[in-house]
Amino acid sequence: MKSKNIERWSPWLLLLLIIVLWQTLTSAFQVSEFIFPSPARILDQAIEYHAVIAGHAWRTFWVTMVGFGLAILVGVLLGFLIGSSRVAYAAVYPLMTAFNALPKAAFVPILVVWFGIGVGPAILTAFLISFFPITVNIATGLATLEPELEDVLRVLGARRWDVLMKVGLPRSLPYFFGSLKVAITLAFVGTTVSEMTAANEGIGYLLISAGSAMQMGLAFAGLLTVGVMAMLMYELFSLIEKHTTGWAHRGSQGH
Amino acid sequence: MDSATETPFVDFQNVWLAYNEELWAEGKFAVEDINLQVKRGEFIAIVGPSGCGKSTFMKLTTGLKAPSRGSIKVDGQPVTGPLKISGMAFQSSSLLPWRSTLDNVLLPLEIVEPYRATFKQKRAEYVERARQLLATVGLAGYEDKYPWELSGGMQQRASICRALIHQPKMLLLDEPFGALDAFTREELWCTLRDLHAAQGFNVILVTHDLRESVFLADTVYVMSKSPGRFVVKRDIELPRPRDLELTYTPAFTDIVHELRGHIGAMRKAGAVINQ
Repeated sequence: MKSKNIERWSPWLLLLLIIVLWQTLTSAFQVSEFIFPSPARILDQAIEYHAVIAGHAWRTFWVTMVGFGLAILVGVLLGFLIGSSRVAYAAVYPLMTAFNALPKAAFVPILVVWFGIGVGPAILTAFLISFFPITVNIATGLATLEPELEDVLRVLGARRWDVLMKVGLPRSLPYFFGSLKVAITLAFVGTTVSEMTAANEGIGYLLISAGSAMQMGLAFAGLLTVGVMAMLMYELFSLIEKHTTGWAHRGSQGH
Repeated sequence: MDSATETPFVDFQNVWLAYNEELWAEGKFAVEDINLQVKRGEFIAIVGPSGCGKSTFMKLTTGLKAPSRGSIKVDGQPVTGPLKISGMAFQSSSLLPWRSTLDNVLLPLEIVEPYRATFKQKRAEYVERARQLLATVGLAGYEDKYPWELSGGMQQRASICRALIHQPKMLLLDEPFGALDAFTREELWCTLRDLHAAQGFNVILVTHDLRESVFLADTVYVMSKSPGRFVVKRDIELPRPRDLELTYTPAFTDIVHELRGHIGAMRKAGAVINQ
């Protein structure tokens, strides 16, 4: 009982410890607020500029969600395609891997040329960075089928589509929800990176402008905001995952 | 029973199978020269060392693989594709963890015709049938449990129900009790014995366990290792219904010993014993 409590509170304790240590070090060595602001200073600035931060945060949030929505749509369709056909799997997978290795920040200048400064590049960067894990997980879930079960179904005259709908799709759901948790945090990275060079609004833009105005407290407050948003969305999808695919977390058939 | 004039239910005539053209050209066969005639309602068991082509034999019988040479007929018809009158169960129960036991058992009816077309209208009837079948194997009251809430033996019972729900004429079992403890295994022998006695379908049981094969089967075939050949055919004339006590009688153990002798000789020499 006691150890369970410790487990639950451990992240908060660690966070508190870091903040205390951070505050102590910056105060003790009298680090300049322009170089590395103390937690107190960040809090101070966060409160002072809360309206500004909230505005930028909202923009980053909805842009990320649009990009993420696109990523789910495309990721699921693509995953379904390559997971349901051996040829498509063989053809698409190497290219996808190569594409995934490209730094998505490098796409931003190109996207600016195509879509101009604003929401376009941010949405697309969030999309580009986050659809890959969704695709891979859907495809893997669909493609893994026990040979015995395949025989049981094939002998009944099951068509490929039957096997996909009855077995593949339900089986890939835990993988899908698992991938959403990862993808949403990546989507925030994509949006923020893009906003840093290709937007006049959003947390990314705030980071750059605060940095150039030497308002380090504000910049850190902005970073903190993205972190908190990503964390909250991660927890949300984690919760959805637990409620929809409980069977996958209770140890079945030794899988 | 004029079994001599009756057409066999399963009829293998000189069946050879190589898995691909290359192996065929090299003369490497998974199974060789299989000749087999099984009567309607007969329970046969196939024993042999692992990797001897027992699973290949199952795939041939169900039409999942076509023979490279020879012909296979089941129920008087040449086998040309997946044989819907068969049900299969394996060592791993492979139940779907997101479906309740009942829904797992109903799965074949969602796929195989003619049930598929009427599944929505007649669902209540099918559910009742599945419940009855589950009750006969001792799973009454577990219909709404999920597979991961059942013990290994219960999962295997459910898996056999899934194989039988569409009332197949032939049940194929590939080491279905291999992963169970000895006591559970003997319980399931009796379950299978009773199902077979009540419903009269054909059973083809692939197993490592000689006692299992002798207790359950009418005929035991011993298969040799690569290439797979049927080297011994042994009729089991022990009277039915058979009780578990039978497994401790000298008549029973003599047959088991005899079969063990064949397999031992094969393992030692790798030689082919003629039928």
